Parts: sequence; structure tokens; C-alpha cells
Amino acid sequence: MTDQPHLDEEALAELQDVMEDEFDVLIQTYISDSSDRLATLKTTLEAGDMEGFSRCAHSFKGSSINIGVPRLGALCRDAELAGKSGDLAQAGALVARIEEEFRVIQARLETLLVQSG
Amino acid sequence: MRSTEPPSGSLFPGSSVLEQPLSGTPALRILIADDSDSDRLILKKLLSREGHEVLEARDGLQAVERFREARPQLVLLDVMMPRLDGMEAAREIKALAGETLVPVIFLTSLSDADALAQCLESGGDDFLSKPYNRVIIRAKINAFNRMRMMHQTLSEQRDLIHEHNRTLLEEQNVAKRVFDNVAHTGCLDAPNIRYHASPLSIFNGDVLFACPRPAGGMQILIGDFTGHGLPAAIGAMPVAEIFYGMTSKGFGCEDVLREINQKLKRILPTGMFCCAALIQADFHHNQLRVWNGGLPDGFLVRRNGKRIALPSTHLPLGVLEPAQFSSAVDVIQTEPGDILLMMTDGVLEAENAAGEFYGERRLLKSLERVATGLHPFDAVMAGAIGFIESGPEQDDLTLLSLEMVGGAQLADVAGHQLQSALQGPENWRCEYVISDHTLAHFSPLPLLLHICMEVPGLRRRSGEVYTLLSELYTNALEHGVLALPSDWKNSPEGFGRYYAEKERRLNDVSGHRIRFTLEHRQTGFGGELRVSCEDTGPGFDFRRYLAGDERKPRYAGRGLTLLRQLSHSLTFHKQGNHVEIVYHWRFSEGSGELPRG
Repeated sequence: MTDQPHLDEEALAELQDVMEDEFDVLIQTYISDSSDRLATLKTTLEAGDMEGFSRCAHSFKGSSINIGVPRLGALCRDAELAGKSGDLAQAGALVARIEEEFRVIQARLETLLVQSG
Repeated sequence: MRSTEPPSGSLFPGSSVLEQPLSGTPALRILIADDSDSDRLILKKLLSREGHEVLEARDGLQAVERFREARPQLVLLDVMMPRLDGMEAAREIKALAGETLVPVIFLTSLSDADALAQCLESGGDDFLSKPYNRVIIRAKINAFNRMRMMHQTLSEQRDLIHEHNRTLLEEQNVAKRVFDNVAHTGCLDAPNIRYHASPLSIFNGDVLFACPRPAGGMQILIGDFTGHGLPAAIGAMPVAEIFYGMTSKGFGCEDVLREINQKLKRILPTGMFCCAALIQADFHHNQLRVWNGGLPDGFLVRRNGKRIALPSTHLPLGVLEPAQFSSAVDVIQTEPGDILLMMTDGVLEAENAAGEFYGERRLLKSLERVATGLHPFDAVMAGAIGFIESGPEQDDLTLLSLEMVGGAQLADVAGHQLQSALQGPENWRCEYVISDHTLAHFSPLPLLLHICMEVPGLRRRSGEVYTLLSELYTNALEHGVLALPSDWKNSPEGFGRYYAEKERRLNDVSGHRIRFTLEHRQTGFGGELRVSCEDTGPGFDFRRYLAGDERKPRYAGRGLTLLRQLSHSLTFHKQGNHVEIVYHWRFSEGSGELPRG
């Protein structure tokens, strides 16, 4: 389930190529959006708003896949499914793992910024 | 002023979308809507790099708003968006786009088939999965742009076709109004005529005209031009003009036929002609003169049910040179109640659903029902319509029936000739002399009538004027110049002998002439027409006639009585070979009305 790599190096290389000097803006935008989404996942879960939880997980999944962080994308997908099935315990566990994974990739992505910057 | 500047602009103005390259996609205006900032950033960059102009929206409502403002050519929508989701936005955008094809592609990380299918059902045209792949994005945009342009070309061509069709119909309507003025139906509404013709039959090349003759009776032309549409209709114009113009001036069917044939031969392209029949009906003498050139057999159905076929014995009008053309007619003696039936090809070629033609055999079968008391017109109409049933719609079916009536029964047939608004000549005098063999083959009556018809006050009385002129002329020619005894006409054998002798004597007329002097002047009450007719014949004892001696009644006696009734005064001069009449007409005797005898 989480045997995916933290970063899809190939996808990120292509993004760097495509985005040119806007790559840094993209990464910063993603990190900032993702922090917001992580917060939303927590508040919706606490409020028992599983629909909002699912939607947020879905969007989080999409942008994560696009940016080239497949493991986080997979965790978000699991969270979306847990939210849909109303499995609160599973959802809670996944939020914790998402937060943990996010910290990992955030650090790794920021190294890319340093590299390219 | 003529410009010396070369024309500006492209050498190939108005190049259509078809001429744009289909492969390399031109720059498009593309709307992307996604609530994820990073995803939007990536997509925007991908599209900008391809040269497209990119508009952005953060949610569905904003997407619809941006679409309304900027009319992008392609829309990429995230499925899950706040406020208005992608599917709802797609529906609104499609509604706003109307007839224009604006491809909507959903951006999605959905993975289950049902959800993807739902995207397309909501009006989306395709979807694009995350993570974005620039090769696939480029290919899809190219494909949808081709589809968009093809749709645009189709729409433009469809609009063009609609426009052409609308213009064509409008032109046909204008043309029809012109035709209706020139090629009006004349006296087809006379009580002894029945006909069937499509209101737009003129565009199928069918013509049907009827016109009263100034001396009584009428002339009918039924015809069928080769071809369809406007070209076929164009030939109808001169035919109508000649037919109505000449018939109302008193020309007989032979003259009208010659004139029409000559005109059509000159103006129609080779291979185009007019199958036609011309019918001249004389109700006084109950006589029909029929010329059939190329139409199906006509039929005279006698009151007793007997049927005479009137087959085509000539080539159609507009085929032969004037020198080869024959205007010989069949002369048929009729009785009141006899009915003449004429039709165009369309009747015989009426087609049923199985593609079979009504045909002559079925037509004759239908006519047999006349024996049960059915009117021949109804018999054929019922037969043909019953045969067609659910066959293709047929609008080139023209059928006419003319019932022979007693002379007095048809006094009211009014022509629909337009009167000239121009003031005609008031005071004039003219002399016209014809002599020798011209007497044998030329009738001066139409010409003389034409001169009189220049006077508006006389135009309304063309019947009376024509009668006056023709009685004077017949008298001068037959009893004056040819010295034919009118009492021959009292017996059937004598009648034949009279005309045979007339023919013979006409052929060697020599040293004779007939002089007409016409004089018109305006008077306080209207006008006065004096007609003097003088011949070189021996004359006759008019004193005995004037004294009322009816012991030797002459056929021409009827003519003299008519002359006396119609004219203000009738005077004989010399030995009776010079007759002068004075004819008065008055203002405001119910203008437009035809005179009564």
C-alpha cells in the first residue's frame, strides 16, 4: 500500500523542465496548499464531516500525484476511501501517516528548491 | 474616381477555416478551472508553452463567469470544485455556447469507471487524468481543435445553405408575383371551365391561360415547358404576354400560335421547348378549334358520352423554324354540353408509391365512369388522385376541362386585363386599304382594333368595337368583293358550298380593295368613332333591307341588325358598297365593366 517512493524523481525532473523559473513558485504553492489541506483534514475529521474530509483528501491526492509525490498521493487516496466508507478510526490513522509523509516530502522538496535556487 | 493604388489586403480574401492547417494547432483561448493552485499552475504552464492563451478560474461559478466574458474555445474543468462542481459548470457552459462547439475536458484523478462515465454524460467531451502528461494534453487539444473547426465549417456551410435556400424561396416568391401579373389566369374562373394546377406550377414549367375574345368566345392555352425551376418559368412570360395581348386584340389561334412559336424558337436554347395545346372556343357557332403540339391526347366528351380523341399532330412550340411551322387546327363542330379535356404529361406520369405511372390505359378506364353521369374532369381527377394515393407529392399535374355552352349563356366572362393609366389619343383619323391577294390571307381586324384600343374609352368596349369592325369587314369581303350570295348559307349543303366558293374566289381576287376609314374625336359626353368601309364590289340593294323586306333573309342580315343595334347611326352610300357607322361611347358608364350586347 505504501510501497511507493516518496518522490517520483522522473516526474519532478520533467516538472522542473516544464516550469522553468516558475518551479520554485510551484513547489512553494504546493507546500502551502498541502499545509492548508492537512489542517482541513484534521478539522473535518474532528467535526465528523466525512464528506468534507473525503473531498479534501481527493484534492490533496490529485495535486500530490501531479507534483510527483506518489506515496503521499496513495495515502490521500486511502483517506478518501476511508472517509467515504465512514471509517473514522482508519481515517484518523491515515491523517497521522499523511502528516508524517508530508513532513518527509516537504523536506525533500525544499532541498530541490535549494538546488535549483 | 478610379484609384491607382493596388488593392489592399490578401490575395486570397475570405479564406475559410478549412484552409487553416489542421495539424499544427493554432493558438487557442483556453479556460482552466481547478481549485488546486499547484495543479492550475502546472496546467497553465503546459498550455502557455504550446502558445495558447490561458484563462483561469478557481471554482465552477468563476469558470462560468469567465466563459461568459471571454468565450474561450476550449474548457478544461476539474470535476470536484467548491461552489459549483465541474459537471454543473459544464452544463452551463454548454448552454451558453449554444450552437458553437466548445469542447469541455474534465481534469480528474477519479479512477472508477462510473465516475468517469458520469463526466461524459454531464456534457463533457473527454477527460484528462492526473498526473498531467504533456504529450497527451497536446494530442487531445489538437484532436478537439480539429473537431471544433470541422463543426464550425459544417455550421457555416449549413447556415450558408439555409441562407441560399431562403434567398431562393424569396426570389421565387418575387418571381411568382411578377408571373402572376403577366401570366395571370385570365378567365379561368369562367363557369364553364374547370381546372387543376399547382399554385407554383409555373416553376414546374406548366402554364395554363384563358382569355376571352373581343368578339365573344375564348382562347385557352395549356402547356408544359421542358425542364424545371426558373429556366422553365422564364419561357412562360413571353408566352403569356403574346397569348393575352393577341387574344384580347382579336387574333385567332393560328396567329397566336405562329407568334408564340416564333418567339420561343428565338429565345429558348436548343432542347428546350413547350408542349402545348391552344383551344379557340366559339360559343356562337359552337365550334372548337384545337391545336395540339406534344401534349397527351385531349378528349372531347360529347353530351351523349361519345369520346373523340384529340392527339398531338404537331411538334411542340419553339422547335420548328417559322417557315416549317404549321398552325393547322382541328375544327370540331360541338353542341352545348360537350366537354373538352386537356392535360399535361404530369397527369399521365402521376406516380404511385410503387413507382408506377397512372398512364393512358388507366386514364381511359377513369373516363369510362363518365357513363355514370360523372363529369369528365372529376372522373380523371378522382382516377389520378386515387391512383397516386401515398405516392410522392406531385405538383406538375395540370388538367383542364372546357364545357361548350350556348352563345348567350356566357355573357359575363370578364377578362382581367389591366387598363393602361396613360391617356390615349383623343382626336385622330386614319385610312387603311388592303387589296387583291392580301385580302386572301390577311385579316386587318386585329390591327384596326388595336388602333381603336389606344383610346381608353373604347378599350372598355373592345367587344362592341370588334363586332362593328368584323361585321363591316365580313360584309365588304364576302358579299362585296367576293359577291357571295348569303342565302346559300341557309341550307347545310349550301353552307359548305359557300365556304368552298369563298376559298376559291379569294384565290383569284384581282383589281379589288377594301378601304377602312376610322375617325375618332372627343365629345362632351365621351367620344365618337366613325368607321367607314368601302369595297370595290357591286354592292347590294340596301334600300330593300332598310325597308324591312325579309322575304330573302340573308345570313348577313343578322350582322346588319347587330350593326344597327350597336351604333348611333348606320348609313349606306353609293350602290351599297360603302357603309358608314357612327359609334358613341360615354364617360363613367361603370368603368372597367365589359359592354353588354
